[in-house]
Amino acid sequence: MMESDLRTHSRHRFRRFMRAGIVSLALSMLAIPFSLHAEYGDVVLNKRAEKAGVRPVIFPHWFHRIRFRCKVCHSELGFEMRAGANDVLMWDIVNGKFCGMCHNNQIAWGPENCDLCHSGKQGLESGIHGGDSTMGPGRW
Amino acid sequence: MLLFCWNIKDVKRYIVGRLPAVCIGLCIALSSLAAEPVPVASPHSNWVPLAQDGLHDPSNPRLDLLQNPAEALSLLPPDLEGNERSSVVGNRVKWVKALREGYINPRTNIYPETKIKVLDLDVMLTKRDTGELPRVLFPHKQHTEWLDCSNCHEWLFKSKTGATPISMFAILDGEYCGRCHGAVAFPLTQCQRCHSVPFAAQAPAKAQ
Ligand code: HEC
Ligand code: HEC
Ligand code: HEC
Ligand code: HEC
Ligand code: HEC
Ligand code: HEC
Repeated sequence: MMESDLRTHSRHRFRRFMRAGIVSLALSMLAIPFSLHAEYGDVVLNKRAEKAGVRPVIFPHWFHRIRFRCKVCHSELGFEMRAGANDVLMWDIVNGKFCGMCHNNQIAWGPENCDLCHSGKQGLESGIHGGDSTMGPGRW
Repeated sequence: MLLFCWNIKDVKRYIVGRLPAVCIGLCIALSSLAAEPVPVASPHSNWVPLAQDGLHDPSNPRLDLLQNPAEALSLLPPDLEGNERSSVVGNRVKWVKALREGYINPRTNIYPETKIKVLDLDVMLTKRDTGELPRVLFPHKQHTEWLDCSNCHEWLFKSKTGATPISMFAILDGEYCGRCHGAVAFPLTQCQRCHSVPFAAQAPAKAQ
């Protein structure tokens, strides 16, 4: 009984302590452009897309990991586990590399479906997105 | 629930006790903002539709051909149960369970010659002083069901217990465990999933 009171008490203090932190952090976060609601693990690829006049590319991890284990892309197919580390060119995709290893009209629909990959808003930054907790590697 | 309170208390003491941890604490604060359970009418409202996610261009004429996360993810086992079910934790899916219990059966390979290796080996990490937080247990099985050895060895972790200079700060900075946890696998706010083995000395206090 006493112990649980204590517990509740310390939890309240903890919450108050945290609230103060939240406020100052929330303020500082306003300056950083990030999307609050993107699904966890979404990756934006926009090294060249927008400069070349097409929408940025959105790669959804949640959708692909239902169908493939990580090892398929990050070991067999050789995608580096670092957003931006793979220099993906559209020409390579059409020639069966990167996304084109699957998006070839055999394993999945082919590269002619521009709008399914090039689906991002203008001005998105390359990198991992995903609304809730962490902003991904190096982004704390 | 008990375990949850206990951990939070620990984290609090840790924060009061040591300066570096303030940073970690602030990170939790950030997430506790997001993790506040929101009452929801239907399980679908746990996930934001693509057209409103701030990422997808709503004027894309073919946007409606893409699947909304709720359509697929609401059918998988939730990450948190009960009241906390609608809290935002990663994809709000317990991926380990989804795989184990056959909700999903993602392909392990594309080329027939690829070798599939699964290793059942738990590694206790004891190099760092975790204060009153429980110790970290690294389970190979759950990882190698998804990942290949080469995704971690030898560049990220040595194949020798204790040989890798892991620290919580490096993890929060996206190194070691933080490569995946905080990006694609369950986020770093779930301290107790990694810090899962209490010290023997703490066990009696925790038992009642
Ligand atoms: C399977 C997904 C996918 C499809 C389908 C796709 N693209 Fe791409 N495209 C990408 C990715 C990934 C990049 C690299 C984006 C970056 O880093 O900026 C890219 C880059 C580009 C670029 C940037 C310049 C370059 O040469 O790399 C152009 C232009 C482009 N795509 C046009 C198209 C057009 C036109 C179509 C339809 C005929 C199309 N894409 C279909 C994924 C796709
Ligand atoms: C269908 C292919 C595919 C699958 C399956 C896949 N990934 Fe990825 N992953 C990618 C691509 C593409 C990127 C972005 C690479 C880039 O931007 O250069 C990426 C990036 C990443 C990153 C880097 C994030 C960052 O912040 O830099 C991590 C970590 C990662 N994936 C982990 C995983 C894990 C864990 C799984 C399994 C649960 C997984 N991936 C499954 C294709 C895949
Ligand atoms: C390991 C194989 C594989 C790789 C590599 C891969 N995809 Fe896919 N992708 C698939 C499959 C399979 C589907 C589902 C196709 C279907 O529904 O017919 C899919 C579907 C998609 C979708 C549509 C999701 C929806 O909501 O229907 C997008 C967008 C997409 N992929 C983008 C990409 C991009 C961008 C890349 C490269 C960065 C990529 N994919 C690499 C296998 C792959
Ligand atoms: C998700 C990352 C990850 C994957 C995937 C992974 N390991 Fe490990 N492995 C670790 C970590 C972390 C340690 C502990 C390293 C340390 O303490 O410095 C470890 C330790 C080991 C050790 C040393 C154990 C001991 O008793 O000293 C061996 C052997 C090992 N791994 C083999 C493998 C093999 C074989 C595979 C593939 C089937 C594999 N690992 C896949 C992360 C991984
Ligand atoms: C290469 C990517 C990667 C790295 C590095 C990694 N993990 Fe994981 N981990 C995963 C994935 C994928 C899962 C499956 C669950 C998920 O996606 O949320 C997972 C699950 C777990 C689980 C949950 C097991 C269960 O039964 O629920 C624990 C605990 C865990 N990881 C601890 C660690 C620790 C500790 C480290 C660092 C020593 C680490 N992981 C490094 C990808 C990784
Ligand atoms: C993905 C797994 C993972 C998660 C989630 C995680 N940790 Fe850790 N943590 C580790 C590992 C691995 C170590 C190193 C353990 C060792 O070598 O003994 C560590 C070490 C620590 C240490 C010891 C000091 C140091 O710098 O190494 C503290 C304190 C700590 N973690 C606090 C936390 C808190 C607080 C949270 C929740 C916000 C958390 N951790 C979440 C994996 C994790």
